[in-house]
Amino acid sequence: MAVGETEKATYTIPIGPIHPALKEPIQLMLEIEGEKVVNTDVLVGQVHRSIEWLGMNRNNPVQTLYLAERICGICNTCHPFCLVMAVEQAANITVPDRAEYIRVIAAEMERIHSHILWAGVAAHEIGFDTVFYLTWRVREEIMDLIEYVFGNRVTKAVLQFGGVRRDITAEQLPRIRKSLDYYKSIFEHLRRIFLEDKTVRMRTRNVGILSTEDALKLLAVGPTGRASGVPKDVRQDQPYSAYADLNVKAITPDIVTGTVVGDVYDRIIVRLLEVKQSVEIIEECIARMPEGPIMSESKMPRLLRLLTDAAGEGVGRVEAPRGEDIHYVRLEAGQSTLATWKVRAPTYVNLMAVPTILKGMQIADVPIVFASIDPCQSCTNRILVTDRATGRESVVGYEELHRLSVEKTKEIQR
Amino acid sequence: MEKLTPQAIIDSFSQKLGDGFVTGSVYEREIAVKKNKFRSLWIEVKQSAFRDAVEHICHLQKYPHLAIISSSDLGAEIELIYHFTIYYGQHLEELSLGLRVKLPKNNLKIPTITDLIPGAIFTERETQEMMGVEVIGIPDGRRLFIAEDVPAGVYPWRKDETGPEKLLRVLPGREPKGKIEKG
Repeated sequence: MAVGETEKATYTIPIGPIHPALKEPIQLMLEIEGEKVVNTDVLVGQVHRSIEWLGMNRNNPVQTLYLAERICGICNTCHPFCLVMAVEQAANITVPDRAEYIRVIAAEMERIHSHILWAGVAAHEIGFDTVFYLTWRVREEIMDLIEYVFGNRVTKAVLQFGGVRRDITAEQLPRIRKSLDYYKSIFEHLRRIFLEDKTVRMRTRNVGILSTEDALKLLAVGPTGRASGVPKDVRQDQPYSAYADLNVKAITPDIVTGTVVGDVYDRIIVRLLEVKQSVEIIEECIARMPEGPIMSESKMPRLLRLLTDAAGEGVGRVEAPRGEDIHYVRLEAGQSTLATWKVRAPTYVNLMAVPTILKGMQIADVPIVFASIDPCQSCTNRILVTDRATGRESVVGYEELHRLSVEKTKEIQR
Repeated sequence: MEKLTPQAIIDSFSQKLGDGFVTGSVYEREIAVKKNKFRSLWIEVKQSAFRDAVEHICHLQKYPHLAIISSSDLGAEIELIYHFTIYYGQHLEELSLGLRVKLPKNNLKIPTITDLIPGAIFTERETQEMMGVEVIGIPDGRRLFIAEDVPAGVYPWRKDETGPEKLLRVLPGREPKGKIEKG
């Protein structure tokens, strides 16, 4: 049944297109009965920027690489990583081994910062702001490390077709180890806060459940899928780059609790353990990193010539913090742009699970449940509440929805 | 279910589809220090055999993962590639399977696969609005990304006269990049 086609006096609450709980301009049309969400319609495309069109019509591949880096602020390694792998497959470029390891280190640093950022947002959504401040304080360490190693806090600009643009030198290693040790020392503290705290547990256990079967049918990827017991992780299943040398295992919540519920709590477990896993991967990469060159073709005009002459197709798949990211590239000889470029970010498929996980939830649970799939980010404060029975419309601020969420937390704490 | 080797999968497709099978190839690449194999499969089928091919993939793997449908405008025809992955869940065992089907521009129709894979809905809606390929039997045929005020019959991924060039705003003093209709 489409939203709004019911006989009963239900309300339709549009959340978004712009809303802090969503972190990305997207609109959710919630059909509610009293306090319960009955049906959800997801309206995407609020900020379609035609990035693929630019890559196919305007830019040369190297310009497109920088554009790919700006598809998402947080996943600024995953998208170029996908693109370089797809193009390297299409143009048959080999990558030096050392570059493969540096790529993986960049990707794992990104995962650490993304997951900790998410943990802070999740704490904020349930009104636990002290934890929000604490986690974002903890995240600063990895941001500083990224700046130290790659020269920039956010966009790393480290990938290039055929290698990486910056090396990691021996003098940098002690500083990297210091940050990794910091995360190892603070892990137990974070684990206690997120997994043992009564309030967090009450607001997240049995909330927003996605069953294993639904996760498989709706193609959920990344922590959203793994929290539902699907052991799917590109780093494990079809390892790319230096992951092929490492033995990464997909993390499912039953490692900690023995069962898979597929709720928000399980998604916290998966993300928390993945931070620890990422620290271990970086350590292993540093230990195994071979010596050697980092670029197969360092002269830019020659690289562009090679990419213009090449013909072929390739697929790049990367496990981004939010799940599997995939780029398809087709190159035509003599064409200076990419002939076809298709990008699929992980949130694209995870959004299809949203109607299922919101079903039967209270309005006050909507922010945390929707945030639990970790959709990508943007903010202002408005919700339009429409009363279908009377045709009355009223605009409710984000503060109102956030207040409902905070009140619920206080209520259950009593 | 027993896991087949890449070559055996291609053979099973050609056996199952008969005339509907066009070609199949295996792509292999050695990666990083240990030289483990990165493998992917490319299978091309005819438009008429497409539905059977997807059913066959569902037979190989209970819940095949459909990552995305990519589409290219090749001039006289449109090429769709359904990017599946099968045999996931184990280290190094997963296979990417690109199922390729070419549609002539006078018959841009493809049956829906949402009854087999419910999560295919977004990418089918996107292919429909971006490439102008009609998905027969799609349960929800609304636009996904394109705004409602974009006129019908404009397909952003096309490279022919139905492309989006006429919607581009050209800065004063610049030459338009695409073909622009005069008048």
